[in-house]
Amino acid sequence: MFERVLVANRGEIALRIIRACRELGVESIAVYSEADVDSMHVQLADQAVCIGRGPSKESYLKIDRIIAACEITGAQAIHPGYGFLSENARFAEICTSSGIKFIGPSAKVISMMGDKATARANATANGVPITPGSDIIIDADEALAKAREIGFPVMIKATAGGGGRGMRPCFRAEDFHALFVAASNEAMACFGNGECYLEKLVLNPHHIEFQIIADTHGNFLHLGERDCSMQRRNQKIIEECPSPLMTPALRKRMGEASVNLIQAIGYENAGTIEYLVDAAGENFYFMEMNTRIQVEHPVTEEVMGCELIKEQIRIAAGMPLSEHVLNAQPRGHSIECRINAEDPYNNFTPSPGKIDLWYAPGGKGVRVDTHVYSGYTVPPYYDSMIAKLIVTAATREIAIARMKRALSEFMIRGIKTTIPFQLEILNHPDFVSGDYDIGWVGRYLEEKEKA
Amino acid sequence: MELDQIRKIVELMQEHELSYFDMTTADGVHLRLKKGADLETLRNALSAAQFSPQAAAIPAAAAPVAPTAVASGSEITSPMVGTFYRKASPDAAEFVKVGDAVSVGQTLCIIEAMKVMNEIKAEKSGVIIAAVAQDGHPVQFGDVLFRIS
Repeated sequence: MFERVLVANRGEIALRIIRACRELGVESIAVYSEADVDSMHVQLADQAVCIGRGPSKESYLKIDRIIAACEITGAQAIHPGYGFLSENARFAEICTSSGIKFIGPSAKVISMMGDKATARANATANGVPITPGSDIIIDADEALAKAREIGFPVMIKATAGGGGRGMRPCFRAEDFHALFVAASNEAMACFGNGECYLEKLVLNPHHIEFQIIADTHGNFLHLGERDCSMQRRNQKIIEECPSPLMTPALRKRMGEASVNLIQAIGYENAGTIEYLVDAAGENFYFMEMNTRIQVEHPVTEEVMGCELIKEQIRIAAGMPLSEHVLNAQPRGHSIECRINAEDPYNNFTPSPGKIDLWYAPGGKGVRVDTHVYSGYTVPPYYDSMIAKLIVTAATREIAIARMKRALSEFMIRGIKTTIPFQLEILNHPDFVSGDYDIGWVGRYLEEKEKA
Repeated sequence: MELDQIRKIVELMQEHELSYFDMTTADGVHLRLKKGADLETLRNALSAAQFSPQAAAIPAAAAPVAPTAVASGSEITSPMVGTFYRKASPDAAEFVKVGDAVSVGQTLCIIEAMKVMNEIKAEKSGVIIAAVAQDGHPVQFGDVLFRIS
């Protein structure tokens, strides 16, 4: 096991990783920007190194400073969390050549699967169905021609994109050019790569993803699915495990496809394969693979009774998956709400600022993953997620009641949050019946606007 | 005696406009703080103090050791993370000493990271009034390296 691990991230996930390290008896090194000096992850790590100014590209994206921080603290491994450098093959490569273990798959696999366009090619090659689409197209006119071929509506997707960024749905040919440029520019700004490809837009599908994990002892498995269809502008706001749409037969087909794929590409560590599933729950299409831990990993942890971050660290240290993971059986139902510092009644405008009162819910089956505390100031430089509220219960019905109870207990004063909006969704008959797709939030907001 | 405690004492000295502070703790640590140009004595006094190995963060700024310098001069801070060296090699002379006049573009020190020795150059001219970062010690982004007038 490593003596010391550096956490190349911030916020709730950095704290999550530090907690896992502490329980494993591993020293944690936090890196932080000047804007994060008061963040809880900095306070609770065993050591902390300032790596730059607030903006991400001056701190959390500075590969050389992160590697240097490992050198001066003697960290043997880096956990990259999610976002930032977690799917950056070059970073993984530099870690390896610097003698530092990157906690995740190899740079080669990251390149292969992290690049959305080549990932689709790999899926097809291994018998995993994909939606009709294209390879990377640089020229906007050429892309438009291909879009006509595929048939509108199409989704313009940045190959380096993630978290809903660098994506633009296009319903009409007239709008294509502008949307193509917009998607490319956004991806360039967020990920440093503006290349785009096209995918047929499957209308009203469910977003169902499979958690996979593989060690270096020949174990490749999946740990079930998560339904992440509740999205606003392709950013997830509520996730649940298991999916209300899932049947044992569909789970078997999707699970087998997922395990075959990771085995074929020689995957190591944790990852998630995202699929679109049609409304009838009959056909599934490979969308992309995230070669890292996901934001919503807790719902899988709760239902499958495992600790994914610890398993990630163990795998990287050369240990096999824990027995309880290899024999994991699902139990109960878990729902997660991403609490964002945004005003849901003002077009979700970001709401940074000082939180002068913070009271998080508790009680049976309530888990809050957060770096925030009373008196904390939400900085303006990073994404707006300030906490994850996860509830677990014996049945989906009880989980919904529990989530409503927990959301209504949550007191966050000083900023606006998405909590009241998430309560609206939890109370809606469509959520209760499980009858929602990735277009649901968009349609719901449109209808409210008209009213 | 931890850096935080020393920092608090310095703040109290400034608040109450004291110019001299001398204390010996129960476990034999002798701390003498003098507000004035006598930086050499100050540094010697502090090096005698035992720093607790439990300090959570690599000190963000060593500014408290020179209370007068807080009021005068400006800080040259580290633009990167790495190991700080005052010399090009162990038996070479220091790039700059306290009291040296430096001009724009002059090499002040080296910060080593990822096997590369990065020369840190002066961005403005002036006189070095304090060498704050310690030779051979790690520095993080923003750590004070020198004070310059």
